[in-house]
Amino acid sequence: MHDMFSGLLQAIDLILNLDPLLFEIILRSLYMSGIALFISTALGIPVGAWLGFKKFAGRKVVTIFLYTGMGLPPVVVGLFVYLIFSRSGPLGDLQWLFSLKAMIVAQVVISFPLVAGFSMAAVMGLDPNLARQLQSLGATPWQMGVTMLTEARTGVFASVVAGFGSIISEVGAVMMVGGNIEGRTRVLTTAIVLETRKGNFDLAIALSIVLLSLSFLTNTLILRLQEGNFVRR
Amino acid sequence: MSGANPLYRLQNVTRQYDGRVVLNVTHLEIFQGEILALVGPSGAGKSTLLRLLNFLEAASSGQITFAGRAVNGAPPPLPVRRTVTTVFQRSVLLNRTVFENVAYGLRLRGDRKVRAKVYEQLVQVRLEHMARAKAQSLSGGEIQRVALARALALRPRVLLLDEPTANLDPANVALIETIIAAVNRRHGVTVALVTHNTFQARRLAHRTALILEGRIVEVAPTETIFTAPADPRTGAFIRGEMVY
Repeated sequence: MHDMFSGLLQAIDLILNLDPLLFEIILRSLYMSGIALFISTALGIPVGAWLGFKKFAGRKVVTIFLYTGMGLPPVVVGLFVYLIFSRSGPLGDLQWLFSLKAMIVAQVVISFPLVAGFSMAAVMGLDPNLARQLQSLGATPWQMGVTMLTEARTGVFASVVAGFGSIISEVGAVMMVGGNIEGRTRVLTTAIVLETRKGNFDLAIALSIVLLSLSFLTNTLILRLQEGNFVRR
Repeated sequence: MSGANPLYRLQNVTRQYDGRVVLNVTHLEIFQGEILALVGPSGAGKSTLLRLLNFLEAASSGQITFAGRAVNGAPPPLPVRRTVTTVFQRSVLLNRTVFENVAYGLRLRGDRKVRAKVYEQLVQVRLEHMARAKAQSLSGGEIQRVALARALALRPRVLLLDEPTANLDPANVALIETIIAAVNRRHGVTVALVTHNTFQARRLAHRTALILEGRIVEVAPTETIFTAPADPRTGAFIRGEMVY
């Protein structure tokens, strides 16, 4: 209890004093997860929407793979990304291992199935007669897609929130492929692990509070976007 | 009507689902400016016929001509397709305001007079006071009136109505029928109306067709259908004696 209280005080102290190390870690975490979320959203929403709209042979198999991907253990993702980018791996020449790039790749692999899977479920939950209704009103396939995604916006935003939640708090994969290198690949989650191992519980709790606050603020922002921008009034 | 050029001409048109023929129209013409009622029991193929007329589905075989253009196989170009629209039995409104629902089709077309056209139609369906209401808050009758306004705002050449007043109260039915008759009379909109309600067909339609098991049994001026049907099955259906 004492550790938690002093951790809270230290968190406030670190933030108020604009601790440069803390802000560097925060910015790196946001940069990494922001880029990863952008990529998985840009890919995941169209893929999920397409899977939701289109009926094709093998759709069930693809869906099963996608749902399996939604539960991928991050350490397994970390292992495979590690092997791919290791010196003897197929993409070893890129020399991305122990860099933010490899961490972003790992986070995209973790969050993409969540964004695509929840987007697909959101689109499949729409009124089955909606597509025909829009077609009858003269919508082009592109206009239909945009309208249906807008109609499914609550679920689509939930997919983005789920994707963000899966990576901002993720530690296993980024630790494996990033290495937690100070000044280069250390992010909030890996720093928490390190400080806990070192017995610096105050700092670990301070970082945890910052991480929780960031998650809270980001989700609030996403929710505000959901309620505002995409609804014509 | 028979002397005029038909807007639609269907020749030996069939529609199959999984090898089962659900529609088999040997010959049907629909003329510009008429109201044609399509009556028949459930599952007779009436709604399937409407979907073909709206180019939402392609015929499995046969020839459909619209405004002199063959449209079997690939649907006609977008500008032609956009001259036809349907009000379905269970209309789907978007999760937006009433105004935005009526404006939807106009916005798809990049129309510049959205506001004026939307309010013109909302006044017609007597829902102008609900323009800012959320569509999800509407009653069944109001939903159908919004759907009708949304279709009419597009100034369609052809209006297809798939049981638009099913399950509605008499006041809503009367209002919708009045509007359908008015747009047909004033603007020459061609209407194909699917209905179970033979009285509605009699009130609205210039001609009526009876469809049974995917086939058109008889198509004739509505009064003829009601007073002197050529086919005994038509008479039985009109008198409510047909068990199906």
